[in-house]
Amino acid sequence: MATGGRQDFPTPVDAPDAHAPRIGVDEWVASVDAKRERYAGLMGPILRAWDQLPQWGRVLLFAAPAALFPLVTSQGNLFRYGLFTLVYALLAIGLNVVVGFAGLLDLGYIAFFGCGAYLYAILASPQFGHHWQAEAAIPVVVLATAFIGFLVGLPSRRVVGDYLAILTLFFGQAFVVFVNNANRIDFPFVGHVDLTGGSNGIANIDVFNFFGYQLNSTTQQYYLLLILIALTLILLGFVNDSRTGRAWRALREDPLAAEVMSIPVNRLKLLAFTFGAAIAGFTGAIYGMIATAALPGDYDVGLLITIYAIMILGGFGSMIGIVVGAIIVSSVPELLRSSANARPLFYGAILLVLLIKLRPWKRLAAVLVGLIAFGFAVHAIAAAAYPRLVDGNVVGSGFFSRALDHWMLFPKSPEKIADVAYILLIASIVVFPQLSLMWRTILLPPLLYSVMFVWENLLLLQINGATRLILLGALLVALMIARPQGLFGKAYVEIV
Amino acid sequence: VNWSLFFDLTVSGLTLGSLYALIALGYSMVYGILKLLNFAHGDVYMIGAFIGWFVLHGLGGPTNPPVSGAAVLVAMFNVAMLGCGVLGVAIERFAYRPLRNAPRIAPLISALGVSIFLQNSALLLFGAQFRDYGTFDLIGVKTYNVGQLFFSVPQLLTIVAALALMVALTVFVSRARLGKAMRSTSFDREAASMMGIDVDRVISVTFFIGSALAGAAGVMFGLVFGQIYHFMGFIAGLKGFTAAVIGGIGSIPGAMVGGLIVGLAESYATGYLPQGSTFQNLYVFALLILVILIRPSGLFGQAVIQKA
Repeated sequence: MATGGRQDFPTPVDAPDAHAPRIGVDEWVASVDAKRERYAGLMGPILRAWDQLPQWGRVLLFAAPAALFPLVTSQGNLFRYGLFTLVYALLAIGLNVVVGFAGLLDLGYIAFFGCGAYLYAILASPQFGHHWQAEAAIPVVVLATAFIGFLVGLPSRRVVGDYLAILTLFFGQAFVVFVNNANRIDFPFVGHVDLTGGSNGIANIDVFNFFGYQLNSTTQQYYLLLILIALTLILLGFVNDSRTGRAWRALREDPLAAEVMSIPVNRLKLLAFTFGAAIAGFTGAIYGMIATAALPGDYDVGLLITIYAIMILGGFGSMIGIVVGAIIVSSVPELLRSSANARPLFYGAILLVLLIKLRPWKRLAAVLVGLIAFGFAVHAIAAAAYPRLVDGNVVGSGFFSRALDHWMLFPKSPEKIADVAYILLIASIVVFPQLSLMWRTILLPPLLYSVMFVWENLLLLQINGATRLILLGALLVALMIARPQGLFGKAYVEIV
Repeated sequence: VNWSLFFDLTVSGLTLGSLYALIALGYSMVYGILKLLNFAHGDVYMIGAFIGWFVLHGLGGPTNPPVSGAAVLVAMFNVAMLGCGVLGVAIERFAYRPLRNAPRIAPLISALGVSIFLQNSALLLFGAQFRDYGTFDLIGVKTYNVGQLFFSVPQLLTIVAALALMVALTVFVSRARLGKAMRSTSFDREAASMMGIDVDRVISVTFFIGSALAGAAGVMFGLVFGQIYHFMGFIAGLKGFTAAVIGGIGSIPGAMVGGLIVGLAESYATGYLPQGSTFQNLYVFALLILVILIRPSGLFGQAVIQKA
């Protein structure tokens, strides 16, 4: 990307730029370089201490505050936010084995999660009248899901790259179609069996019952999950440093070279699939218990995208990054739930981006002053010429809302205007980076004003519906452009 | 054998197949050049269907169009194709071009992001309800037959228009200067740029054409099936991708044949296989998995020798 100013020379096609992978530098050299850079600054001592911490110490550092969480929050919050964050984290950790360690793009991962939940539901719910103890049901569920993962992984020996992604995506879709309709299947020899309850799912799943001890309360379930995550993280830390972990990384970086180095590529791929599926199956069983129901809609693409967003946000292969990613991805929708929280979060994010992007500070100040002046001017003109444009109601009633009412346009019936503004806004955001630096500075205040207009008159009104997902989609694109390796991931180094 | 059922299924299979082929072309062309799975393609198709709907209703609705029905149809197709083409170019420019040198997974995730974004923008702007095209009011309920094959007007229109677009595309790619540039870029991007081909422009044109075809397919879907909704792009995108893979991804005739195969397979599966109308998608995916396992490069694709 050209950074400002007109360019007199046409950029050659694959021109090396700041985002491009460094050519000819291997992983080890790159990591040493990165460390030397990192230790130089103010954060140096802290980062050095972090690097010297063993894996279990890092896990403990995260687990300790998490363990205190149930003491400070209500049961409802703990259920809706705490448990779901942990489930997401555990799922993403399992996915990381397949995608982050071994580099196999598995888009059917959620199906294993679903398999776990449904299998546990079949073994411990009124659906078939079985009520297995957890110590018997969980091994069965985990082994069965691992076996399914093994079967789905079999084609990965031959099918690579994008084809594998699409094949697994279809497996995931097939799973959803199957559980949605499996109540209507007539099996040969057995006759009609309602396997999955169709679109109603299986309800009233038992809570875990270990040797007669029931995990009834949300707090107990929370601690169970927390302990499991800590154990899984420590275990995977050992796996990552082991012979197998190193072989997986070799496989991820270059399958062909790995094979030439006599690494058993096929066996490792199957192992990764099986391992990931086992973790997903286990998480599924826990989720089934927490939700007390297995519903087909829970295992669709939406969750897949969420889990991928967590993994990518944290950075491939970085397990602590994934925990942080899970916290972010489940916190943001939670915070966006009410417009009182959503508004400061949105404006804060915009301000942060401006702070980072607009340098020197004079430019930032000019843009902000321009924005404020532009708003008052537009408001004054609209109030004089078309009073209907300012007659509408502002969301909220605090000081900020009242101030906003004197500055931002709130049309009487915002639907049509806001829809058109939204489309125009997207078009201008696409065109914007193509402009020269001067025009970008001049046009930034009106652009920001229209962003705020659309936010106040359209997005904020549907904060619980489409808006959150729109923001998630935009976040994914922006993150990929700004930092393709994720927040905590190491910059990918390609050897050409 | 119930021949009339067979012929009906064939007609609906051909119609579906033409739709899938048009979608598959966009996937295939983009993949051929960028090696990118453009997950947002299905949503471009959905946007196309909505543009068509808005043109139709902007011109007075299906019951009393101010001009003749044919003119409305032409306007719908043209505006939808143009709008989707521009949308495709914008998506490429904004979400994929900055990532051209990033690791392979980054543009894929970016594409997922664009897909979520488009889908939910449609939800935000158009709502969750189904929109009715009112095709019968617009074009009537006449049917034409070729022997035993009975086509309704929208079906005939879809098949003929899709065929015409595909012929035009084939001629363009094989004869026109830009088409030749496209082929050479997809063959070897670096070498093409060294030969003086403006690769960025070729990629933009590819996105324009692919997305325009998807837009046309969206309008056709609306005409044939009558109802459109914001989530229709996902499953259609999957089917289009299936078609592209079965035909051999990157190959243009492959995408067309693949589309027809998927359409016919889906149609026959609905009619003949057990629980067909419920599990039609499963049967299509099973077909895809079979093809990938037996012939990973698809019917028309060439086996690629892996380079390090």
